[in-house]
Amino acid sequence: MKEPLSFQEKQNIVSLVNTILILGLYSLYVYQKYLTADPTLINNLKFWGQAFLMLIPITIVVQVIIHIVFVIINKIVTNEDAPNFTDERDKMIDLKALRASHWVFILGFFLAMGSQAIDMQPYIMFFILIASGFAAGIVSDVAKIYFYRKGI
Amino acid sequence: MSKCLITNNIRRLRFMANEMTQQDLANKTGVTRQTIVAIENGKYSPTLELSFRIAYVFDEPLSEIFSYDYADDPILKKTQKP
Repeated sequence: MKEPLSFQEKQNIVSLVNTILILGLYSLYVYQKYLTADPTLINNLKFWGQAFLMLIPITIVVQVIIHIVFVIINKIVTNEDAPNFTDERDKMIDLKALRASHWVFILGFFLAMGSQAIDMQPYIMFFILIASGFAAGIVSDVAKIYFYRKGI
Repeated sequence: MSKCLITNNIRRLRFMANEMTQQDLANKTGVTRQTIVAIENGKYSPTLELSFRIAYVFDEPLSEIFSYDYADDPILKKTQKP
């Protein structure tokens, strides 16, 4: 018999969808608002710095709001309370997922530096850094879902 | 994912202990119910500390709760018992 999804599995699926939506919508917003108006911005380091810095608080705020909404909806639908602490298994799964995501980001970092070593445009480096951060987030969520489902 | 070589009798012991729920056991041992579910299903091998707490709750020695499949252990297969 197939086991129902645990709270943690559902939470990580929501987080995965969030990560994809936030970066997708933010990239679309930045592209349409700034890059279509002034294509020369693509090689402007100040523009990329500001885009990066804005992405961090937006991600945190949206994740917190979606988490609260998820806990409320989950409580209404399943009458299941959110665990109010993380135990040894949660910590072990977090560590394993963090390790996987770090490897992905480190790979992206080296690729980004490599792009500059072979004289590519600066925007390529920022693209790779954002993409690797995004991939690292996805790998972290997918790894957690995998470990919660399959066991560690 | 390597095969879990540790098996346990937690489900049976809960039943014997006045049909203790997974949530009750989780509360008494300081973990989430999902962790108890994972241990019972062989998807998580608890730390020694948690194992001793579970043993304390059921008032049984560890060997009554957990058992290890020595025959399938790939490392022990290579070594000879003295």
